[in-house]
Amino acid sequence: MTIRRILMAAAAPVVAIVFSIAISSVVLMIAGTSPLEAWMEMLSYGTRLETLVATANRATPLYLAGIAVAIGFRMNLFNIGVEGQYVLAALLSASVGAAVDLPAALHVALIMLVAMTVGSLFAGVAGYLKVTRGVHEVISTIMLNAVALAAVGYMLRNWLIDDTDTSLNMKTPEIPPSGRFPNLNGVVETFTREITRGRELWGFILVAALVGVLFHLFLTRTRVGYDLRATGLNPFAAEASGVDPKATVMRTMLLSGAVAGLIGLPEVLGDSYKYDLAFTRGLGFTGIAVALVGRNHPAGVAVGALLFAWLDSAAPILDVVGDTPREIVSILQGVVVLSAVVAYEVVNRIRRSQEARDAAYATRQTTAVET
Amino acid sequence: MTAPAVELSGITKRFPGVIANDDVNLSVAEGEIHAVVGENGAGKSTLMKILYGMQAPDEGRMLVGGTEVEFSSPSEAIEHGIGMVHQHFMLADNLTVLENVVLGAEPRRHGLIDRKAARRDLEALGASYGLDLHPDDLVETLEVGERQRVEIIKVLYRGARVLILDEPTAVLVPQEVEELFRNLRELKARGHTIIFIDHKLEEVLAIADTITVLRHGRTVATVDPADVTAHELAELMVGSELPTPSTEPRVADDHVTLSLHDLSVLDGSGRPSLDQVTLDVHRGEIVGVAGVEGNGQSELIEAILGLRQTSGGRLLLDGEDIGSWPVRRRREAGIGYVPEDRHRRGLLLDAPLWENAMLGHQTMAPFARGPFLDRSGARSATARIIEDFDVRTPGIDTSARALSGGNQQKLVIGREMAASPRLLVAAHPTRGIDVGAQAAVWENLRAARREGLAVLLVSADLEELIGLADRLVVMLRGRVVAELDPATTTPRLLGGYMTGAEE
Repeated sequence: MTIRRILMAAAAPVVAIVFSIAISSVVLMIAGTSPLEAWMEMLSYGTRLETLVATANRATPLYLAGIAVAIGFRMNLFNIGVEGQYVLAALLSASVGAAVDLPAALHVALIMLVAMTVGSLFAGVAGYLKVTRGVHEVISTIMLNAVALAAVGYMLRNWLIDDTDTSLNMKTPEIPPSGRFPNLNGVVETFTREITRGRELWGFILVAALVGVLFHLFLTRTRVGYDLRATGLNPFAAEASGVDPKATVMRTMLLSGAVAGLIGLPEVLGDSYKYDLAFTRGLGFTGIAVALVGRNHPAGVAVGALLFAWLDSAAPILDVVGDTPREIVSILQGVVVLSAVVAYEVVNRIRRSQEARDAAYATRQTTAVET
Repeated sequence: MTAPAVELSGITKRFPGVIANDDVNLSVAEGEIHAVVGENGAGKSTLMKILYGMQAPDEGRMLVGGTEVEFSSPSEAIEHGIGMVHQHFMLADNLTVLENVVLGAEPRRHGLIDRKAARRDLEALGASYGLDLHPDDLVETLEVGERQRVEIIKVLYRGARVLILDEPTAVLVPQEVEELFRNLRELKARGHTIIFIDHKLEEVLAIADTITVLRHGRTVATVDPADVTAHELAELMVGSELPTPSTEPRVADDHVTLSLHDLSVLDGSGRPSLDQVTLDVHRGEIVGVAGVEGNGQSELIEAILGLRQTSGGRLLLDGEDIGSWPVRRRREAGIGYVPEDRHRRGLLLDAPLWENAMLGHQTMAPFARGPFLDRSGARSATARIIEDFDVRTPGIDTSARALSGGNQQKLVIGREMAASPRLLVAAHPTRGIDVGAQAAVWENLRAARREGLAVLLVSADLEELIGLADRLVVMLRGRVVAELDPATTTPRLLGGYMTGAEE
């Protein structure tokens, strides 16, 4: 029973990936290049240590973004505003981090706290609008994304800019070493070889993993998590069971925003130590795709984040070798999302009908025993 | 004699765990108004969906105008001249009447919509059937009765000779009902055949030429309205050969568990849907609430649970005013709830049984410890519920969706009983479940009553009400219009009060 269940759960992503590779191969053939060659190139480049480090670094913020979106999805709330929430949080927490000087652990903790608070409060605006005025969160979060990005530009230029810097790159002052997150190069190198200089495995991956574990425990072990899931599964039954729909909306948005606030920190605390014009944007939207691929489950989202990150990290080789356009990877990612959604639905139907058969069998059996 | 307009024979339709239609036979003559009546869940809607091609029957034959047909979609039914007016209108609010009518069947000229022809056709249709409508009105500005006329014209525009109307009067006020009936008679005079689904007996008797009664998915009778009274129809609908719950000696004491004083609820348009209801339920007492569906019973239950805002009156549980309490506090105070629609209000269909067993009790032992869920406690409590209430399932990790309706209902009842509530609010606890499960539910209710549980029981099954309840109240248009002693009440008498025939 359980083995069958695990196999069924694994079947969907595997089918989705195989299907997307097939589709992309057809696209490549139409474009006149050899798919096999392209995949082999990606595979050999993608398994190098440096690419794997880049994959882990890319996957860390993607995972946080996926979890932030998944928290909302779990109760049928669509937080499209993760994008604005994390960019705003990154700017403000980087600025606060640069302005204070504290002992190391405390310094990092403060920056994280600021980032989570900013993300949470900004997401809370959408929650508040939904609860009090019935504004749909998709509309409000999309609008608030625009507000956040404009506000970030204004604040950076006028208030938070590093005046001592004379280059054209607008940036916030740098966070002192006490506020930086240590890398994990040492750990990796004890098992493998030395990583090429200038590349670091961001330590923030541990925070991301912890967030995933906490999210899982929250959903499955706490009353509030149960209320949230129940609301997502059937809002009417949840309400009748005593769940306050408005409070649940508020809680979910605040929580989703808090996790969203962390998305920019792997980069800020592990690599750039500041917010500048080169700061990575768009992760909030990719997070939606990652959450969809991962079925909003903490482990599934991890698979989705790693898959997307690996494709992003392995793709550049296509520009260097052969004549395969690297954009094929975007097509692959898009098809993965679509086929994952379809594959999950198919697997779900099979599982349901099997369960219904089992239940019908159980009914017959007990009846037979009685008579 | 000409062939009947529609003839269904031996129609059987099964859903997992439920037989919706069981060897149903229906013969509708050309040019008549044929009413199909029955309780909710008797299989009327399924039968009509089959006739309209929305669902395929598992067994049986359909003849339209004497030739055998098989529909795989509504468009095939429309081709054979069968149209359906749904209970919930399917209109685009932001389009005009004209646009709605032609939507999907637009007359074309040179590839564009021929508005002139459309308008001409619509006006001709309206004039010939006396259906009064302005083609350029926006649908969102129309009254309910007018929207229904748009739906009817839509069906006629597509050339329907046979019209199916699914509970057309449910949404109408009395004046609109009269208007509708005038329209229907006009249609009949022009040779159309009308199949009319309803459970308001007075209306059925006023309009129908022939009445077919469904009960538990079977056709039990086809009668001429001239030969029956509303009472007799009600008896046919409810049936009397069912195992009847037997009354037990009264155990209620003087303690009032639930007390309502002038409780009122307003509907969306500000009219009272629950109108100053005053009612007491004592410890160890089952109070039955009878009434035709939609006369305030749902509002009453939801107001007690806290799911619906009250506009006035007081609500006391064991003497304490709970009117301002949120739902959770009321549940924790010991109000158990068996919802009328277990799929909508009672279950998380895609969650395992043990998570369903804690629904509504998720803040209390054995399901929770502090802010955390007590998983092992919840699982063993669920196993006990399944054992004690004979829920037939492969295990507690099976999802609720997989169970049959009867077993789902036993789980819901079991979880409410296992929490030993002070008050149980139960709506149609035996609706749509098989006879065996029904008897088990009755036994559970009686056992709980002996233990001192107060029960408010809303049901459409009059035998069930008379058999189980210590006291009966009848609701009509949001008010309690009668209080009866079940020992001296018959379904016949009850039906009279429910329809307002008895005062």
